[in-house]
Formats: sequence, structure tokens, C-alpha cells
Amino acid sequence: MINALLNKIQHLGAATICSFRRLGRASIFLLEVMLSCVSMLTRPALLVKQLYSVGVQTLIIIVVAGLFVGMVMALQSYYALVDFGAEDSVGVMVALSLLRELGPVVTALLFAGRAGSALTAEIGLMKATEQLSGMEMMAVNPMQRIVAPRFLAGFIAMPLLATIFSAVGIIGAYLVAVQMLGLDSGSFWSQPQNKVDLYLDLYNGIIKSLVFGFVATWIAVFEGYDCIPTSEGLGQATTRTVVHSSLAILFLDFILTALMFAK
Amino acid sequence: MPFVKPVMAGHIFNLTIRRYFACYNLEKTTTFPIKKAAGLSDILVKIRDLHFSRGDRKIFDGLSMDIPRQGITAIMGPSGTGKTTLLKLIGGQLTPDSGTVEVDGLNVHRLPTRKLFELRQRMGMLFQSGALLTDLSVFENVAYPLREHTKLNEAMIRHLVLLKLNAVGLRGAAQMMPSEMSGGMARRVALARAIALDPMMIMYDEPFTGQDPISMGVLVSLISELNSALNICSIVVSHDVPETLSIADQAHIISAGKVIESGTPESLKNSTSQWTHQFVHGDPDGPVPFHYPAAPIMEDLYQTGK
Repeated sequence: MINALLNKIQHLGAATICSFRRLGRASIFLLEVMLSCVSMLTRPALLVKQLYSVGVQTLIIIVVAGLFVGMVMALQSYYALVDFGAEDSVGVMVALSLLRELGPVVTALLFAGRAGSALTAEIGLMKATEQLSGMEMMAVNPMQRIVAPRFLAGFIAMPLLATIFSAVGIIGAYLVAVQMLGLDSGSFWSQPQNKVDLYLDLYNGIIKSLVFGFVATWIAVFEGYDCIPTSEGLGQATTRTVVHSSLAILFLDFILTALMFAK
Repeated sequence: MPFVKPVMAGHIFNLTIRRYFACYNLEKTTTFPIKKAAGLSDILVKIRDLHFSRGDRKIFDGLSMDIPRQGITAIMGPSGTGKTTLLKLIGGQLTPDSGTVEVDGLNVHRLPTRKLFELRQRMGMLFQSGALLTDLSVFENVAYPLREHTKLNEAMIRHLVLLKLNAVGLRGAAQMMPSEMSGGMARRVALARAIALDPMMIMYDEPFTGQDPISMGVLVSLISELNSALNICSIVVSHDVPETLSIADQAHIISAGKVIESGTPESLKNSTSQWTHQFVHGDPDGPVPFHYPAAPIMEDLYQTGK
């Protein structure tokens, strides 16, 4: 009985130490990646290629999701506000929700699922097939040639994708509110113009998406680089990327919201 | 930043052209041996008292070995004895617990990163899987180290790549993608890439594993011919005994973390050591028992019956 309890405590301790070790490795890895990003100045082509892979190829899912989220938001807002005769506020409600919260958060979650998992799988497979070792033996630093361009591309692409998500979402809301439900087009556009604050809403949303992009891409490239180079290890790493990124995004969203919108 | 200056790049080109025409196009017997600089040791790789562990498992326990500057050195041993690990230690990809690995007089594990990368430019390595970059064509794979480390113009790179591919018989496959190639072809491309910068040594990690007899024959003759043509140091890690011994100038057999016997292929074939005899001749039973250690079979059966 006592032995079983001691064993459990021992396992808990081992798991905690393992987690902290991994966090330490991830921190050192991040430092190396950030130092390696300097090399992008001499090789912009690598960054452009990754921006296409990480950003442009994620665009479809972002646009489609943004459109439907905006449409659903417009419907829900309309049903809630119409009872109070405040249906003209649908535009501002949707705009604020998208710019402050849904734009950065949903984009980051979709990014983690689509681009993050792809980054982990790609880097992990390169490790499993000895491509990273091969580069090292060719005196080429994989941090500079493989990891840094992907990390930087994720960091740059995220705010752009979040902005596109919000813009498409507002257009989706316009289609539903004005074209389908017959709300006045003038009040749909004029209220957001008056109520949305450039610094408080738009800039804060962009700051959020920058933070999410940084964290989601860091997790994705680290999981790929640190994975056990087997099919099982690669599968686990890809799953961890999506789970850890999603949780980190939601947790950071709470922290950032509390800091940004505290009165 | 490329480490190789333009002057050096021109030297690589000249050296390749000279060696290529000497070895592949003109008289096969004519070679241009690299003259040994004054004071240069005959030993290229010097390993002393090497200890290395993975977790609780000891891989090397005081291993020492010398590898000469020229010729083919085979490192053999059963699976799991750390042959690939030894290559990674020589290449500086792993760090030993203790002991030293010197390549061309430089302690690999004491070098700063920049110096280590400079040293690696003079090493070539052929990985078991080929390790070709899958998003690049065969041509681009071979051109990769040249683009990374030299400032050669595109025409010169093209010439060099085609010469290297011709040396391994795959000039016609220059535009293929790695996914379109067989394992043997991928290894030949990887070999062309390994010699792209005219290294002083090439390390071969299990080059014959999983090859059909024709591909194996091609690889055996390629390794042998390239070594004699380029006059370099070739380290072949393998457990394919007949093929490896047929081209090796000397061989080391490692087991239990140490070198258990070294010598010429002939001396190893005629070794009086029971262990070496079992390994070289592939006997199913001997010092390495057929059965994995276990309790007597009757005891096991009796317990199961219960």
C-alpha cells in the first residue's frame, strides 16, 4: 500500500521533471531559432517560399471559416437584439466580436490545426529520414535553413490571416444582415465606424494574433524538431502540436484580454 | 555566410575536373595522388578511450582506433554495436561522455561550431537512407552543398553536378525527384552529393543494406573506384562481411563497446579468435549464442503448464 503510494509520487515527480526539462529544451530551442532568424536577411527566398506554404495555403480555410463565422454571428446577434429593437447594432456587435476575439482566436486555432500540424509533420519526417542529419553533415545549419524560415513565416502570416478572417467575417455578416434579413445598410456600416477604436480594438486584435502566431509556430517547429523519429513518435508530436497550441492560445487569450481591456 | 571563398571554389572546380578526367574519362590507370603535405600524419582519424552511453546502455567502453588518411577502412560488428553512432561521433553530431576523436589533427568535440562546420565541409557522409532532400530534384540535391558553400556561377555548378552524377552513372536522372528513384539509385545520388565538395574523407553508413545483387555490386565497385580515384579516406560501416572485406584495405571489428580485432581482410578471415571467426563466417552458434539468455526450457514449459 505504502509502496504503491510512493511509486505514484515517484512517477508524478518524474513526469514533472520531464515536463520542466522539455520546457527548458523548448526555451533554448526558441533562442537558437530567433538567433537563426537573422540569416533570413541574406536568404529572403526561403522565407517567401514558407510564407506561401504556411500563409497562402492556409488562406482557403481561413476565408471559408471567416465567412461562415460572420454569417452565424449576424444571425445570432439579430435574434438576440431584435426583441429589444436594437437590431441595427448587429454590424457593430459582429465587428467588435471579430476584431477583439474571434478573429485572432479562431484564426490561431485553425492555423494550429492546418499549418502547425503540417510544420510538425514536415520537420519530423525530415528528422526521421535523416535529412536534418544530412544537412548538418553538409555543414549546413538546419536551424537556419529549415526551422527559422518556417518560424518567421508563421509569425508574419498569423496577423495577416486574422485580419483577412475578420474582414471576410464582416462581409459574411453584411450578406446575412443586410441582404437576407433586410437591415439598413447605412446603419450596418456606420455604427462600427463610430464604435470600433483603432487602438483598443484593431491594434489589440493584431497584437493578440502576433502572440498567438509566435506561440503556435514555436510549438509546431519544436515538436517537429524534438520528436522521436518513428511513425508513432511523429503521430504523437503532431497531436501534441494541435493540443498544446490550442490550449496555449485559449489561455493566452484570457491573459491578454484581461491585460488589454481592464478598466 | 559561405565558408569557402571564391578562390577556394575555383580550386574545387579545378580539382574535380582534374580528378574526373583522370579517373573516369581518360586512362583508368592514371591517377593524380594528392601529395601529403610536410608534417601531415598518416592517420586521419584518431579515436582514444571513447566512452559513450545512451541512457543506462553503454555503447562504447574505452574504444580506441586509428583510421589512415588513404584507403578503405571497414568498421564491422553485429547490429546494435554502435557502428552508426561511431560515425556520428566522428562527424561531431554526437558528443562522447569521455575520450577524444581527432580528425585531421582537430579534436572534433572541442571545436567551436564554425570550425566544426568548416571541418564537415571536408567530410562526406553517405547515410543509410540516402538522406536526400525530398523537395529538391536529383540535380539540386547534388548542387546543394555547392550552392551553400561556394560562390560558383550557375554554369560552373551545372558542370560540376553533371560530372559528379556521371561518376555515379546517374547523369541521365538529373531531373528526377528522389521519390521516383529506387533505394540503390538514391544512395548513388547521395554519394554524388557527398563528393560534391571533394572531401578528404567519406563515411558510408551501411551502404549495402537492403540492396539487390546488381545495386550492391554497383555500390561496391563505386566505393572502391571512387576511393582509388580520389585518393581519400573511406570509412565503411557495415555488417555485410563479404562485400565489405572485398574492397577494404583494413578492418576493425567492434563488439561490446570495444575493438575486438583489427587487421587486413585476410588476417581477419584467418583469425584464430572464435568470436571473429563466427562473425566473419556467419556461424549461427558460437561465442555469440543462438539462444537469447533464458531459463532452461523445461523450467519455462513446466511453469506455463501450471
